[in-house]
Amino acid sequence: MLLIPCPWCGARDEKEFENGGPARVPRPDPTAMTDEAWVDYLLIRPSHPGALRERWWHVHGCGQWFELWRDTVTHDFLDAPDER
Amino acid sequence: MNAERRRLPAGGRIDRGRRLRFSFDGRELTGCGGDTLASALLANGVTLTGRSFKYHRPRGIQGAGFEEPATLVQLEGADDATNLPVTRVALHDGLVARSVNCWPSASFDLGGVAQRFSALLPAGFYYKTFMWPNWHWYEPFIRRAAGLGRAPRDARKLRYETRFDHCDVLVVGAGPAGLMAALAAGASGARVLLVDDDHSPGGRLLGDNAIIDGAPAATWVDGAVARLDAMDNVLRLADATAWAYHEHNLVLVTERSPEGPVFQRTRRVRARRVVLATGAIERPLVFDNNDLPGVMLASAVRVYVNRYAVRPGDRAVVFTNNDSAYATALDLLTAGADVAAVVDVRSAAPGALTERVRRAGIDVLAGAQVTTAHGGRRLAGVLLSPPGGVSQRIDCDLLCVSGGWNPAVHLFSQARGELRFDAVSSAFVPGDSAQANACAGSSNGTSGLADCLHEGSEAGMRAARDAGFDGSVLEVPPVKDDGPAAPLEPCWHVETPAGNGKAFVDIQNDVTLQDLELARREGYGAVEHVKRYTTAGMGVDQGKTGNVNVIGALAQRAGESLETVGTTTFRPPYVPVEFGAIAGQRPGPEYLPYRHTPMTGWHKAHGAVMYEAGARWRRPGYYPQPGETFQQAVNRESEAVREAVGMYDGSPLGKFEIKGRDAVALLELVYTNNWHNLAVGTGRYGLMLTDTGLILDDGVTFRLGGHRYLMSTSTANAGEIYRHLEQILQVERPGWQVLVTPVTAQWANATVCGPLARDVLTATGTDIDLDAADFPFMHMREGQVAGLPARVYRVSFTGELSFEVNVPARHGLALWEALMAAGEPFGITPVGSEASHVLRVEKGFLSLGHEVDGTADPCDLGLGWVMSRRKPDFIGKRAVDIRRNRGGPRRELVGLLPENHAELMIEGAPITPGGRKCASEGFVSACVWSVVRRRTVALGLLRNGRARIGEWVHVRMLDRVVRAQVTQPVFHDPEGRWLRG
Repeated sequence: MLLIPCPWCGARDEKEFENGGPARVPRPDPTAMTDEAWVDYLLIRPSHPGALRERWWHVHGCGQWFELWRDTVTHDFLDAPDER
Repeated sequence: MNAERRRLPAGGRIDRGRRLRFSFDGRELTGCGGDTLASALLANGVTLTGRSFKYHRPRGIQGAGFEEPATLVQLEGADDATNLPVTRVALHDGLVARSVNCWPSASFDLGGVAQRFSALLPAGFYYKTFMWPNWHWYEPFIRRAAGLGRAPRDARKLRYETRFDHCDVLVVGAGPAGLMAALAAGASGARVLLVDDDHSPGGRLLGDNAIIDGAPAATWVDGAVARLDAMDNVLRLADATAWAYHEHNLVLVTERSPEGPVFQRTRRVRARRVVLATGAIERPLVFDNNDLPGVMLASAVRVYVNRYAVRPGDRAVVFTNNDSAYATALDLLTAGADVAAVVDVRSAAPGALTERVRRAGIDVLAGAQVTTAHGGRRLAGVLLSPPGGVSQRIDCDLLCVSGGWNPAVHLFSQARGELRFDAVSSAFVPGDSAQANACAGSSNGTSGLADCLHEGSEAGMRAARDAGFDGSVLEVPPVKDDGPAAPLEPCWHVETPAGNGKAFVDIQNDVTLQDLELARREGYGAVEHVKRYTTAGMGVDQGKTGNVNVIGALAQRAGESLETVGTTTFRPPYVPVEFGAIAGQRPGPEYLPYRHTPMTGWHKAHGAVMYEAGARWRRPGYYPQPGETFQQAVNRESEAVREAVGMYDGSPLGKFEIKGRDAVALLELVYTNNWHNLAVGTGRYGLMLTDTGLILDDGVTFRLGGHRYLMSTSTANAGEIYRHLEQILQVERPGWQVLVTPVTAQWANATVCGPLARDVLTATGTDIDLDAADFPFMHMREGQVAGLPARVYRVSFTGELSFEVNVPARHGLALWEALMAAGEPFGITPVGSEASHVLRVEKGFLSLGHEVDGTADPCDLGLGWVMSRRKPDFIGKRAVDIRRNRGGPRRELVGLLPENHAELMIEGAPITPGGRKCASEGFVSACVWSVVRRRTVALGLLRNGRARIGEWVHVRMLDRVVRAQVTQPVFHDPEGRWLRG
């Protein structure tokens, strides 16, 4: 059970959140993409050991969506790469 | 009989004035206040206390704490519980206990015949023998023959509780290091939680007779505890085990005897820093018949002598490979036992200790080994092999063994801390921490008492500082020390001559050296494989005593180091935990309450059978009248709607108010159809997709005003839709000005439906013009109904003329009762979700969880018309297009009419070619008795279904195949005349 640093509320138990999966680029314009590129956008998710940018929803708290970097091996929350 | 004949006349931390009566395997016995069941049994001279798991060999008590591998007990009566280590059951008056896995008792056990056939029961025996045709056929019988205790018969009426807890410093273990750590952290002002397994604090100090500050250690412990208990910032829990260590310093602690009305309480402790002072567990030595009652861990013997004033035997032999067991010999002597010899594996026995023991009159045999224990139901003697000498037998009834010490690294390793093998102590010790924790004392591989106290003080200070407090190192009291210990000599097992004996590496699961050898021969070389194949370390005790000996034996055979072989993974729970203590109050609806509409009381008073409608909402399923069957009730309600008028409680339907300048842009993005041209006061059916082009939800959205909309969703899906909308607004379109407010529970909804619905509403009294020309289908009006402020929507999920009357929730009951009263002359009938289901199937309307199963796209369900061709993009559009362009057969919505008109097909029943047992080509999604068709009708998804109207297909039921004809998926009023009426 993680302790998640909500940027609005501070560190709270994982129970208060829902995971929104890996953060991605904003939804691109599908009319400007090939079928293959669109399918890749829909189905290919980053999944690697190490630093991963994720979305969380603080549903039982402030109700905000936000993004965090997490090490998927250690579960440590990390500074965003440009801050590191 | 001589009661408690092995109890010493003086000493120990027991209350001789408090006599406790208890029963074990039917024998009535007594003990003292402060006893455990184990110490009381030993005091009474009961040495045969159990039978082993697999071979039903006689077993005694080997340990003194949670490491106990040999005897598990079942408690009866009010204490009903099973598989408890005998050493961790606190004695109380009237306790009734039995040993597990023997019948009728441990001393006369009919299952003991298994011993004779032990050669037939090697590792993996069950897997090899009971393979064909299916292991699961045999499992129940094998479980009964081999298993452990039985689960408690009745659900406990006792109160379990879980709670969150937070602290700056969590100290696990109240031994010397833990107490010092708690004192040091407590002195800094940090919030400290100190938890300890035992009923009494002190850890190893309870069992040895160390001198601290010139006085018996117990005096120092009492003083330290008094100081801690006097600190407001320190909470101390006894009889509480930390059994799981998760991410971000979340430690689960279960209190087994908390104060107050709670039976057991689990704390989910989030600690800034954790000090692990969990101590060390003694290793046994492995030789033939090392499981006989009378063979005990040397440290446990000290605990029984010094803490419980029990002499576990009269004539003892001590067998060791290290210094610590020498003290056991001296303590036994003091307790009046005869100590025949100290057998030390090391050829160079330590000088000073040897001298002391010899001076006390005990023979020290250096470089010798015990190869075999002799005896039937208890130990009678041991066979020695002195170096180069001839085997020699010593008679004894107690053998104290010590093979070294394993730091209790379980929690540290659960926290992903690294372990390394320390060659000096021949044990796995903590390496680098992976979380905000530190080990102190013997759990860190430290042996001397003075060093343990120092480490504790240091760890407590550092933890406080790291948690942001001004900690300082506490002065450590002077201790009388025996000086540095001589190095131990690793002895993973004794080389025994091949005989009939068995040398056990895992006493609880009956795993022998021979089993390890067999596993290796059969190719299970890796330690994790050996564990699973032989079950070594998989017992209730999790191999606390045996595992490192297993690793040592494997390393020896493979010619590798123990570090290379490695440990198996340490997993929670560290000790057995009752399910109740994990679940707490969760099983009941108190934890996740049901949601009720304002009309629930009315429904129940009128005989409704309540269903859960999703999202914890409770809704009437049907309202049976006296003497009515389920089907009769559902038919009556359905017919009322088709022929007269019915009313259902639609309050749980998900509702969201959406407002803001960009509200219509949001609707255009999430819905497949057009919204920019929706007039104020009108509504439209909308279909929501995921971006992978599958149906997420459907519902009707009305335009309330300029930029105000009311969206309705499926009851069960409201939470998911809220997440979907918020994610779009916050993540994808943060610039949009839209506010989404869930208003599901703010509105009560009574839906009047049926040909006479208009008459009922008129009779109720309303200022809204109900004429079809003025108030057409898919329009809404605001006004008064029965004198209440109401919004009335003309939407229909039944296919009949229908008015959804919405009022603020507080008026819900008044509205419902007014409509029922006004509707009485028209025969108004309350309708439950069963009848609603029949009505929607007759109309071919879709239902989430039936036709919309997460794999269907709009075209599959005949909803291509809801897909806008004008919009360049909406969520899911591109994926549907790609899927359509690819072609290939899809499962499509069809109606199904079973050949036999009364046949009710099971929802989910597969449709297969010819009804053969093969891959399905579809399934039945819903099947009901249709009141308009006077026969059963069904909906289903069928491959290429729309092209197969008129064909006969085959539905596989559990016991037969049903023929059904494919039809259009609508059985009533296909033109929709009635609902627009």
